[in-house]
Amino acid sequence: MKQLIATIVSGLVFGLGLTISGMVNPAKISGFLDIAGNWDPSLAIVLAAAAGVTALTFSLILRRQRPILDSKFHVPTRTDVDYMLVLGAGIFGIGWGIAGFCPGPVYTTLLQGRWETLVVFVAMIAGMAVFKFGSAYAASHRNRGGAAGPVLTADGSDIQERRS
Amino acid sequence: MANFTPVSALIGGLLIGLAAVILLLFNGRIMGVTGITGGVMQPQRHDLLWRVLFLASLAVAPILYAKAMSESITIEVTGSLPALIIGGFLVGLGACAASGCTSGHGVCGLGRLSKRSLVVTVTFMATSIATVYVMRHMVGSAS
Repeated sequence: MKQLIATIVSGLVFGLGLTISGMVNPAKISGFLDIAGNWDPSLAIVLAAAAGVTALTFSLILRRQRPILDSKFHVPTRTDVDYMLVLGAGIFGIGWGIAGFCPGPVYTTLLQGRWETLVVFVAMIAGMAVFKFGSAYAASHRNRGGAAGPVLTADGSDIQERRS
Repeated sequence: MANFTPVSALIGGLLIGLAAVILLLFNGRIMGVTGITGGVMQPQRHDLLWRVLFLASLAVAPILYAKAMSESITIEVTGSLPALIIGGFLVGLGACAASGCTSGHGVCGLGRLSKRSLVVTVTFMATSIATVYVMRHMVGSAS
């Protein structure tokens, strides 16, 4: 129960941050990405401030035995840079440039009564589903062929439990 | 740089960082929207409710903000319908393949000094800027 309250507080603060910073506005995102036009550097400050907070605090938090309300930290343990990581990031950036939405703001704008955000939401979920179920299908086919190739994992599955 | 809003950007950014701190410190979770959504699509036992509540809170936050401040939220969608569909699809596909997006890699991963997250963030910043450049200054459609 306490965990769920922390979850809601975090989600609300995140949503508030996206709203106040203007990241909910695709035109502002495009203004930031358009460095050759009327460039709006605001989002560089958003990202720098947010990553600055995490950079200053995460190492201290992760030094704890466990989080306050759970028995262990659930953080990614992979450190390898593979082609799927780079390819995925490249594709994600192209989509971000085209639509002006990244996943956080897709949710933050969902209940604003705009049909466009519903379209982006459905398209984004479809893209995620295609990757998740496509890679699961590819993995099952590879395994049937006898070769135990690396399973392309979507996120979540490459997050292993870290017990300290 | 007429649209530059450094103060609201700084306040908003600090809040986003704070939200990531809350989720990690209390629940031991990384605040990554792609990862949290992925767990809803392939739910594990006792691992669904918090994800749904987190994503719902994201959607509710601007409504509460607008009510409290008596302000309307500015959302200017410049993309055409095909751009929204194609762009949204690529965002979902790419973020899933990269195991995260702006929040998981950009905000949290950089904070953990993760090499993977640095590679992802630099890559998507480069391709998003290149995409907007091509659309606005070469094709000129500004979709």
